[in-house]
Amino acid sequence: MNALRLAWLFLKVGVMNELQYRVNFFLQLLQSLIQVGTGLIMLSLVYSHTQELNGWTEAELLTLIGVQILLGGVIHTFIQPNMERLLEDVQQGTLDYALTKPEDAQVLVSVRQIRFWQLVEMVSGLVLVIVGLTRIEGSIGVLDALAFASSLMVGALLVYCFWLIVTTGAFWVVRMEHVLELFEGIYQTGRWPIGVYPGWLRYSVTFLVPVAFAVTVPAQALTSRLHLGTFLLSVGFMVVLFGFTRWFWRFGLRRYSGASA
Amino acid sequence: MSAIDSAPLPQAGRLRSFVDFYLTTMRTAVATQFQYRAANYFYMLGMVAEPVIYLVVWTTIADSNGGSVNGITAGEFAAYYIVWTLVRNMNIVFGAPFWEWRIREGQFSGQLLRPMHPIHFDIAYFAGWKVVVVVMWIPLAVVLSAIFHPTLSPTPLEVVVFLIAIWGAYLLRTAVQETIGMLNFWTTRGAAVFDLYMAMELLLSGRLVPLQLMPGWVQTLANFLPFKWTFGFPIEALVGNMSTEALLLGLGAQMLWIVGMFLVFRYTFRIAVRHYAAVGG
Repeated sequence: MNALRLAWLFLKVGVMNELQYRVNFFLQLLQSLIQVGTGLIMLSLVYSHTQELNGWTEAELLTLIGVQILLGGVIHTFIQPNMERLLEDVQQGTLDYALTKPEDAQVLVSVRQIRFWQLVEMVSGLVLVIVGLTRIEGSIGVLDALAFASSLMVGALLVYCFWLIVTTGAFWVVRMEHVLELFEGIYQTGRWPIGVYPGWLRYSVTFLVPVAFAVTVPAQALTSRLHLGTFLLSVGFMVVLFGFTRWFWRFGLRRYSGASA
Repeated sequence: MSAIDSAPLPQAGRLRSFVDFYLTTMRTAVATQFQYRAANYFYMLGMVAEPVIYLVVWTTIADSNGGSVNGITAGEFAAYYIVWTLVRNMNIVFGAPFWEWRIREGQFSGQLLRPMHPIHFDIAYFAGWKVVVVVMWIPLAVVLSAIFHPTLSPTPLEVVVFLIAIWGAYLLRTAVQETIGMLNFWTTRGAAVFDLYMAMELLLSGRLVPLQLMPGWVQTLANFLPFKWTFGFPIEALVGNMSTEALLLGLGAQMLWIVGMFLVFRYTFRIAVRHYAAVGG
């Protein structure tokens, strides 16, 4: 509960801070338009040469791309800014300021930063999801919608765990900033149905980097192809990974000796 | 450039010190970047994800279409996107966003004091970096080839043209990006223009898909823009079946673009420097 209160407080301060820079809204809007535009062009290119990709129709794939952009927005708004700041803090020795505060350090480093205008990305993803859904024949039920919402949350948590594990690695290897590029590159695999990838890559982007759970599973929920087993597996995986992340963070912290002070 | 050339070197020593500067900067880059092997590999692995995704998607379509898309087979797609990874590594340059950093952090003031245009450092340093990148790229190419079985049988001429064209791509992309970087002298939001540039390059260069897969009018448009000379042309030179005439014409066109864009850069740089007010130093 205390963690939630703290997160809410930081959120309010963060939003107020970001609202000062209003031109950034238009910049973000432009970036999102470009992102959506290139996504749509690639989609129409692919479907000008084929009817369906790995069993997914154009409308269904549009939904998938929407989910990928939506979750990408969540990552860019809430997760990535915090992890980038953590990396920077480790490099510069300013992490001590967070560690000496009388709150749980993991909670603190996870909620400090927010990039409010990236919300535009979330909205544009949501629009794509809705447009895609209206083109899919057959309607989605309440259960599908619930499964979608909960699996999206699970996905966001999985991505958070992955990011924190990698960032904790900075306690050993200080120069980790290229991990960002690595993640951004791998996250793009989520734009396509996981089935198109060869086995080794499919497993890597499912368990090593949880893109498949984070993007494909919610999209499967929307297109009525999610099995209960898959859903439970993703929840179970999230619980295990969350526990591991907690342990690994504390393990890393014990190893950390500070760089300044 | 007049401000920078104000203390000319004796003509005899000029060329020699110029060559010396390039060699030393390149050596420094090689030494520095080999220290950061792990960081460089992270970067490269993230970069490789992009073409692998395109490759897998088009291979899937080729397979479901009976082996090829627009006459391009799965093996040819593999060759295209594996060569893509080398070309991409080659055409990573001192980009426009770096100019923002260079100005904001006050680096630029110091560089203006040197008796040489700052672009020489950018070209030399990144050229040295390429040596490291290419060495590190080789195992990656071997792995990718083992997985995706590319069809590749270039003629000696194609190899020679390719080797020239990837350095041409490097120079052209440097000229284009440094020119866009000049925007940072007037605005702190150059990123908007830069994003537009990246999107156009993605679509019109052959980075996203081989240009043959694009509609005819897009291919025509691409012929009149600089983008394809930094991606599509070097790749096609090695992978495709271009005639000798087309290969040499392509090199010529690339050369023209390089000269043209560096002239544009030179002009915009002069205006930008006059506009510049120092931050720190």
